[in-house]
Amino acid sequence: MRRFLPLLLAATLLAGFQTTAQNAVPEIAFDSIANPLTLPDDIYLGEVGGVAANSKGEVFVYTRTGHPTVSLGSSRAFAHGGSRLFQFDRSGKFMREIGQDSYGLMFAQQVRIDPQDNIWIVDQMSGYVMKLDPTGHVLMLLGRKPESISVPAPAPRGAGGGGGRGGALPGAGNASDVFNRPTDIAWDAAGNIFVADGIGNSRVAKFNSKGVFIKSWGSTGTGPGLFGSVLAIAVDAQGNVYAADGGNKRIQVFDNNGTFKTQYANVGTPAALCITPGPNQFLYSSNSNPPEDLDVAGEIYKMKLDGTLVGKFGKAGKLPKEFGTVNSIDCRSENNLLVGEVGNMRVQKLTLH
Amino acid sequence: MKSFLACVSVIALVLSGAHALAQQKATAQNVSEISYTSAPNFLKIPAGETLGEAVGVATNSKGHIFVYHRSANTRLWEFDKNGVFVKEIGKGYYGFEFAHSVRVDAQDNIWTVDEGTNTVTKFSPEGKFLMVLGRRPPAVDGAVSTTTGPNPPAQKYIFCRPTDVGWDPQGNIFVSDGYCNNRVVKYDKNGRFLTQAGSEKAGNGPGEFNLPHGLQVDGQGNVWVADRSNNRYQVLDNNLKPKTMYTNLGVGWTVCVSPGPHQYVFASNSNPNGNAPGTWDNTGEIYKLELDGTILGKFGHASKEFGGFQVVHMMDCRNPNEIVVGEIESWRVQKLILQPTPAKTSSAR
Repeated sequence: MRRFLPLLLAATLLAGFQTTAQNAVPEIAFDSIANPLTLPDDIYLGEVGGVAANSKGEVFVYTRTGHPTVSLGSSRAFAHGGSRLFQFDRSGKFMREIGQDSYGLMFAQQVRIDPQDNIWIVDQMSGYVMKLDPTGHVLMLLGRKPESISVPAPAPRGAGGGGGRGGALPGAGNASDVFNRPTDIAWDAAGNIFVADGIGNSRVAKFNSKGVFIKSWGSTGTGPGLFGSVLAIAVDAQGNVYAADGGNKRIQVFDNNGTFKTQYANVGTPAALCITPGPNQFLYSSNSNPPEDLDVAGEIYKMKLDGTLVGKFGKAGKLPKEFGTVNSIDCRSENNLLVGEVGNMRVQKLTLH
Repeated sequence: MKSFLACVSVIALVLSGAHALAQQKATAQNVSEISYTSAPNFLKIPAGETLGEAVGVATNSKGHIFVYHRSANTRLWEFDKNGVFVKEIGKGYYGFEFAHSVRVDAQDNIWTVDEGTNTVTKFSPEGKFLMVLGRRPPAVDGAVSTTTGPNPPAQKYIFCRPTDVGWDPQGNIFVSDGYCNNRVVKYDKNGRFLTQAGSEKAGNGPGEFNLPHGLQVDGQGNVWVADRSNNRYQVLDNNLKPKTMYTNLGVGWTVCVSPGPHQYVFASNSNPNGNAPGTWDNTGEIYKLELDGTILGKFGHASKEFGGFQVVHMMDCRNPNEIVVGEIESWRVQKLILQPTPAKTSSAR
């Protein structure tokens, strides 16, 4: 035991170094079904950008798969393909593909289902936020895909093909209705649309329910209302906006018009957010491990909306109940989560106890 | 600017050509010839399909043959033991872009190594996705030029053009990595990093590599590495500490270790295009060795004709008297029936 103590101390210190929250947070017991989806023999999931369930329990997965392609023999370099959207029934059986050969499906980032069961997808590369009706037809598009890409890619961080049309410098918070590597979408009770924009353009953009651009807030920085990057977004029943400021390792909370209210800086690097429905809402946030390292982070936090930590579960890894760079959480049911992983190219169905 | 670019391209071409021009004649002397025949019409390619560069070949316990090849897209095909096409695996899979190796583990899981997507993928015997190591460079970062200059530091869980995969009897995973790292990496069976030998930098000391191009693990857990641009094979222990090297077998292109109580090693002195006249006279052969390095014999020669080899890129030696070879520059898979070698008849080194 004496030999064990220094080890324990070292482990505690290391854990504390990663996030300040870990020490006091209780572990939430949970189980996982690591292969809840049944795919046809000729369809494979790639990196899971988004997973979401609709009101019938059908599951939608937006995944980076296939062959992202740049054309040759053309006036400019055009990029195509690279992502697919699949629908499964409530038992996990494959139903169909949506948006095959669509112009906008390139680098799957997120899928969310609104209260009317419309399907919203966010593509980080084409820069589109697409609203599809429950049958999969396009109802509305926000943003526009850059017509062509630069070869070779210019400066990193958003300028290389994923950028919006505006031409503003990445992180400038350009107040525009096009995006630069957008990451997520949420709605308030009135149907206003909030877009996390994102990795390229450190801001939150607000549109009304008809897609009219209203305003945006934020740019690159570390102060209140500024972002390192906006990796995810969620809105509670009161219309407050929770933005995962991954670059600054905090969740920032704003009122419905973008006025900074508070921040939660004790949950590591938030990379996926989800707020449960109903009168007593909870917030889930994933401290996702970076894709290049499986030996740090990976746990998911459950919090009250005021930031009180309820508990945490999981760690980075490839086994069931471990997580490989979680990019998406569905929490339509508070204790039955769907989790989408980039690194492990899978969806896990979790039951929390 | 245009002329500058052209100039750079020419230099790059010359440099890559210079590598091939260093084709090595093996220095092993007095090696006996193992006679063999190549089974005619071995693989039955489905009508309307074409095999591309046949860089990966492997068999499972039922004798089924897996061919991982470069056609318009990189594809993985399964054939039965008679060479009849069974099915395609991994159609449209995100980890397929530029094939390099396929291997089948002791449980008949199928593993692919793709040097275009920098991934190593484990499929079930039926072809369902089970696990991926490494990560495909994100498309959102745009079109990536072929890397030049110093390699960036190697990372535990990211590969740079990996080349091959193998397992020890405990199921630990070994990856040769590769063209723009110069290392061998060991993971546990669940994909957790354990250790590595070498680094991103090329080197020629023991435990250093210059293009580790192939790898297999013997029953004692020793790791055999085809250290291609160092023209040698290195043997590492299970913790990746260097044990032995063999510098008498020409280019260390690819290696295979047969299973069972008496294991043999096969090593190919493959001969790529781009060589001066004359190299075909003394390259292209495959060596058969004991685990202690004793050379039992050699077979084959460089040839674009059936029965000869035009750059053997991978060998399967589940049955040491029936070798399946995949050739990169002849788009061909051959099954070779070898005359069995008496134990240790030759002491040639």
